[in-house]
Amino acid sequence: MELIIDGILEAVRLLLSGDSEVLAVTWLSIKISGLATLLSLMVGIGIGTTLALAEFPGKRLLVTLVNTGMGLPPVVAGLFVTIFLWRNGPFGYLELLYTPAAMVIAQGIIATPIVTGISLAAIQSLPANLRLQIMALGASRSQIIMLLVREARLPLLAAVMAGFGGVISEVGASMMVGGNIKGQTRVLTTATVMETGKGNFDTAIALSIILLFLTFLVNLMLTMIQQKRRAR
Amino acid sequence: MTTPLLEARGLSMQRGGVDVVKNVSLTVHENDVLALIGSNGSGKTSLMLALAHLMPANNGDVLINGETVHGKHATLAYRRRLAMVFQEPLLLDGSVASNVATGLNLRSMPRQELQERVDEALELFGITALSRRSAHSLSSGEARRVSLARAFAMRPEMIFLDEPFTALDLPLREALLLQLTKLLHSKGITAVIATHDCQEVLQLCNRMAVMNKGHLIRSGTPDDVLADPPDDFSAAFARHAKLFNA
Repeated sequence: MELIIDGILEAVRLLLSGDSEVLAVTWLSIKISGLATLLSLMVGIGIGTTLALAEFPGKRLLVTLVNTGMGLPPVVAGLFVTIFLWRNGPFGYLELLYTPAAMVIAQGIIATPIVTGISLAAIQSLPANLRLQIMALGASRSQIIMLLVREARLPLLAAVMAGFGGVISEVGASMMVGGNIKGQTRVLTTATVMETGKGNFDTAIALSIILLFLTFLVNLMLTMIQQKRRAR
Repeated sequence: MTTPLLEARGLSMQRGGVDVVKNVSLTVHENDVLALIGSNGSGKTSLMLALAHLMPANNGDVLINGETVHGKHATLAYRRRLAMVFQEPLLLDGSVASNVATGLNLRSMPRQELQERVDEALELFGITALSRRSAHSLSSGEARRVSLARAFAMRPEMIFLDEPFTALDLPLREALLLQLTKLLHSKGITAVIATHDCQEVLQLCNRMAVMNKGHLIRSGTPDDVLADPPDDFSAAFARHAKLFNA
């Protein structure tokens, strides 16, 4: 119990003192996970919407794969990104391994199936005839997609929350492709693992609290937008 | 003989692996108001969706002014000549005015003209006072008016109405029916209406067609069709029509 209280006090101290290393780690976490979420939104909403609207052979298999991907273990994503970016790997020449860019890629891969699955469900939850009604209003293909995504924007906010929540809290992939290099690829989760390994539980708890607070803040913001729109 | 505005030739359609429209041929001339009657599941809605090029037919052709519609651009251009009102109002998130403006916005109409059209459509259906209300806060009758206003704001050449007054109370249904009758006749809009209501047929339509299990089994003027109804549904319809006329 004392350990936890010390951890909380340390977190407050670190936050209030404006510890430069903690701030840098926090800022890098936000940047990497934010970019990865953005990347997954761009890819995932497109794929999710297409899967929801298109009819083609093998669609069920593809939807099953997306749903399976929603539970993709981060270490598996990390392993494959590492192999692809490894010195002798297909993209080794890019020299991205152990850089923030590699972490964005790995986290993007983790978040994309989550965003895709939620987008698919969001578009499919709209009334069955809404798409036909929009077509009957004279919408082109891109206008149909735009209007449907607009109609599904509240459930799509859940995709943002789930995507960001999934990547900001993952550690396996970030550790594998980032390497937890101080000042370069150290983020809140990898720093927490390292501090725990060193027995610095108070710092580890402090970092965890910052991580929790960050996740809470992002979700609070998105939930407020969601509930405000729903209340209209 | 003039070329029909709309013509279906041997139209067949499957939905979910089931034949819902079977080899239907029919013509609709300019200013016609055609009623499609038939029991639930007889294929009225599917036929309208195929006629409006909103769902692809498996066989047959839909011709507009004697020409088939092929390709993405031609289909979009065709759809922009028509409007469809579904059984549910299917309003979008936003205000009543923004809903009425949707079709016009999709056509990139200049702002001033768009505003005039929206105001006119709101007034036509007596919903000007609701223009700023959220579309999702409306009663079913109000929402129905908005969906009709949205369709008429586009000034379509042809309108498809799928049981437009379902689940409305009698006074509202009669008011809207009267409004619609005036509009269709004064603006010379060609219409196809799927309905179960004989008052709608007798008041609105100059032609009617009877659907049964995906087949179009009779078409003609309401008097002709109801004088010799081809199935049980239309026979019941004819009995109601007699009561209505009496």
